[in-house]
Amino acid sequence: MAKKKTIRTIPQERTPIAVQDPGERAKNFSEVALGYGLDETLNECERCLMCPEAACVAGCPVGIDIPGFIAKTIEKDYQGAYDILTDANLLPAICGRVCPQEDQCEGVCPVGDTLEPVAIGRLERWLGDLAIKEGWSNVPYIEPNGFRIGIVGSGPAGIACAADMAKAGCDVTVYEAFHKPGGVLRYGIPEFRLPNEVIDAEVSALARLGVKIKCNTLVGRLFTIEQMLDEMDFDAVFIGTGAGYPSFMGIPGESLNGVLSANELLTRCNLMHAGEFPDYDTPLHLGRQVAVIGAGNTAMDAMRVCLRLGAEKVSCVYRRTKAESPARAEETDHAEEEGIEFHWLTAPVEILGDEDNNVRAMKCVRMELGEPDDSGRRRPVPIEGSEFEFETDMIVYAIGTNANPIIGQTSKLKLNAWGYIESDEDLATSMAGVYAGGDIVTGGATVILAMGAGRKAAKGMKAYLGIRDSDFVYLPDQGKSSGGPFGFDVREKTFSRVRLA
Amino acid sequence: MGAKSGDGAVLSKTIDPLPMVDEEPAVEIVAREDFSDVTYLLEFRHPMMAKAAKPGQFVIVIPREHGERIPLTIADFDRDKGTITLVIQAVGKTTKEMQQACRTGTTLFSVVGPMGEPSHIGDLGKVVCVGGGLGVAPVFPQARAFKENGAYVIGVIGFRNKDLVFWEDKFRKYCDEFIICSDDGSVGIKGLVTEGIKAAMDNHDDIDEVIAIGPPIMMKACAETTRPSGIKTSVSLNPIMVDGTGMCGGCRVKIGGKMQFACVDGPDFDGHQVDFDDLMNRLKRFTEDEKLAVERWTETCRAGKAS
Ligand SMILES: Cc1cc2nc3c(=O)[nH]c(=O)nc-3n(C[C@H](O)[C@H](O)[C@H](O)COP(=O)(O)OP(=O)(O)OC[C@H]3O[C@@H](n4cnc5c(N)ncnc54)[C@H](O)[C@@H]3O)c2cc1C
Ligand SMILES: Cc1cc2nc3c(=O)[nH]c(=O)nc-3n(C[C@H](O)[C@H](O)[C@H](O)COP(=O)(O)OP(=O)(O)OC[C@H]3O[C@@H](n4cnc5c(N)ncnc54)[C@H](O)[C@@H]3O)c2cc1C
Ligand code: FES
Repeated sequence: MAKKKTIRTIPQERTPIAVQDPGERAKNFSEVALGYGLDETLNECERCLMCPEAACVAGCPVGIDIPGFIAKTIEKDYQGAYDILTDANLLPAICGRVCPQEDQCEGVCPVGDTLEPVAIGRLERWLGDLAIKEGWSNVPYIEPNGFRIGIVGSGPAGIACAADMAKAGCDVTVYEAFHKPGGVLRYGIPEFRLPNEVIDAEVSALARLGVKIKCNTLVGRLFTIEQMLDEMDFDAVFIGTGAGYPSFMGIPGESLNGVLSANELLTRCNLMHAGEFPDYDTPLHLGRQVAVIGAGNTAMDAMRVCLRLGAEKVSCVYRRTKAESPARAEETDHAEEEGIEFHWLTAPVEILGDEDNNVRAMKCVRMELGEPDDSGRRRPVPIEGSEFEFETDMIVYAIGTNANPIIGQTSKLKLNAWGYIESDEDLATSMAGVYAGGDIVTGGATVILAMGAGRKAAKGMKAYLGIRDSDFVYLPDQGKSSGGPFGFDVREKTFSRVRLA
Repeated sequence: MGAKSGDGAVLSKTIDPLPMVDEEPAVEIVAREDFSDVTYLLEFRHPMMAKAAKPGQFVIVIPREHGERIPLTIADFDRDKGTITLVIQAVGKTTKEMQQACRTGTTLFSVVGPMGEPSHIGDLGKVVCVGGGLGVAPVFPQARAFKENGAYVIGVIGFRNKDLVFWEDKFRKYCDEFIICSDDGSVGIKGLVTEGIKAAMDNHDDIDEVIAIGPPIMMKACAETTRPSGIKTSVSLNPIMVDGTGMCGGCRVKIGGKMQFACVDGPDFDGHQVDFDDLMNRLKRFTEDEKLAVERWTETCRAGKAS
């Protein structure tokens, strides 16, 4: 074995990633971050200290054996590295792009105590992209066990649960309401952060595992959860229907034309190709001066899409400061570089229309930070007499979502006070054999947390059905934490909400 | 002009991914009927949907791959044949294109449904089911359901003139009383459906509910007609929709001053609470784009014919 690396011997600088020039990229939908090449990958791999008790593995909501895949990469066994990666995460090219690594694996990387942490996300993406190019897939030997599993929703939670159950030998069918699978990956996150072909390639990995995906199927309405169990012969069901139901503020003028939710904007553009109207039939009617309310990931995506579609000016209006904004720092920085105007400590109080009921301006008030609130962030309070008018002809709300009501309306499942599905530790719901996870349980969170939930529910389901947990990955370095086949993997105890998108 | 989404090829050597989605048997149109030069009926096969459909629900159709998602009310369903019936008015690009392209034997790219909360068919003694123009089709399943539930059903249907009348006999079959109105008096009572409602109210002082479906302006008038007497009046709202699953909020409407999403909270609402002016304004959201789409489409059709 090679000499043990120390913080002094590793490459000190985090390998930079090539990004498209801001001026250029603000006009196209090509990817912003271009990804590592082979040399950059190998250089960055050298920065990993191969910690025996790897903090990053514990920091990963799905417990990827990170030092393991890095070691294989250093050995130039890339497919071996990919197999380790995909034992825990079916969607590496997606997660490598959209995970908030700075709060997860990279956030706890000991290298980061002195230097910049290892760029784990970029390495993951490189392997994921390589696998897509080479056509690799990690399909284990699957012994059919006769159980039938129904999955509702094809977002990351549903995909992760489907993959684990298929690997365990179940006959899995995923139902999706839209005409294309992927959930928010498809309709929410735009092309320049997550290209559709990456989603297509990684979702098709499900097909390789024998999972059937049925689109155009609105569960609850076409058939109910109860019917899936009683009439359609499913032995267990997982619900991963996501959040949805966007919030508005309830200020005057919200029904003027030109006011819409970020979900609507992004769905029109990403799923329905409104940017290519009239070659595609779905219109958007982009404004010239767009104002986006909110400063989370969704807001950043909405702003950057508008910019790329040709809006003259795009502004962000947020009632707190940059420090409190929930978006990933990288996304906010990218947005700033591209020329988005940020109005921190500003809150809209009224939307003003013209004689045709189109938006013409927004009345805002300046804020200052007061005492900390429940979330620990300092509460913004309006500064008296600071009202001003802000010219805009399109206003996009990106201030969060509420629970999607359809499953609640159509089944006897127990919901919590906010309408999210209630579930226990193992993500079992109030109905035997029915599990739920992802945004429909936690409210809007992240891709990887949704995948973690899907995997955790799969574990619960397997225990419920009495299936031996065959997907358990033995990690030699995990010591006591390995647990038994039915035990609860210690890595997943780190499952906690990291940050709200 | 801005950039196009979808021009971001990154993985130069991408392998062809496996087909992701199972090949569904395409949704096939099994019957078509033309009621006038703007109104047509399509019946498609979808046994599972026919089994699930209830009065008041709708579907979302994408006619072809580059098409948009348009909501259409389920006008009839036949559980034995496994079919769903839609009645469509050609008002813009998508509905005109469908009028031209959809024939018996052709298929639709995507159909999802049934969507929305079904109408509440309570144990009522006496109801008035009102259909204005195209609205006759969506109110039909409700009239039938009320009749089958033992209610006394008064049907009121209205059209601009005699030539536009459709489903008169089909509707009449489930009505204990039947009133037809026309704007020009060429058939039935001369006047709007509100005249029919007034006539029904004059003859019966025990009406439990009025169900009115048609253009927003007509539903508004119906709600105003019944407001003084306080008779419960249910209407079916048709705002512009995208997903139909409560995810986008494009379909938001104002009900008693509160915002609701028509696709999941409705489409049926208490007519006395609905802000119809708000609805009518919001339907104008894309007027310019809609005009452009029709113009372009008409040109292509002409060019197609010429060549
Ligand atoms: C614009 C945007 C940007 C984001 N950016 C990031 C990011 O950079 N990084 C990150 O980690 N997270 C990000 N997130 C959050 C992340 O995408 C979500 O937390 C995650 O997708 C949730 O996964 P899910 O599987 O629970 O639900 P979803 O992804 O919402 O998928 C649910 C699926 O279920 C379908 N469905 C719903 N109801 C039914 C039904 N009744 N029958 C059948 N199907 C149904 C829906 O159509 C949908 O496809 C972002 C979110 C948004 C909106
Ligand atoms: C729940 C629901 C049920 C519906 N049921 C039926 C039905 O059974 N039969 C039917 O013919 N139509 C129905 N509609 C209306 C239908 O969806 C629209 O006519 C269609 O989307 C128009 O598309 P287009 O491209 O042909 O016209 P566009 O060019 O998009 O629009 C032309 C005109 O139609 C209006 N319009 C656009 N979208 C809608 C809409 N969603 N609702 C009402 N008017 C609209 C526009 O304001 C415009 O004036 C329903 C709508 C909803 C929301
Ligand atoms: S159509 Fe999108 S929420 Fe109703």
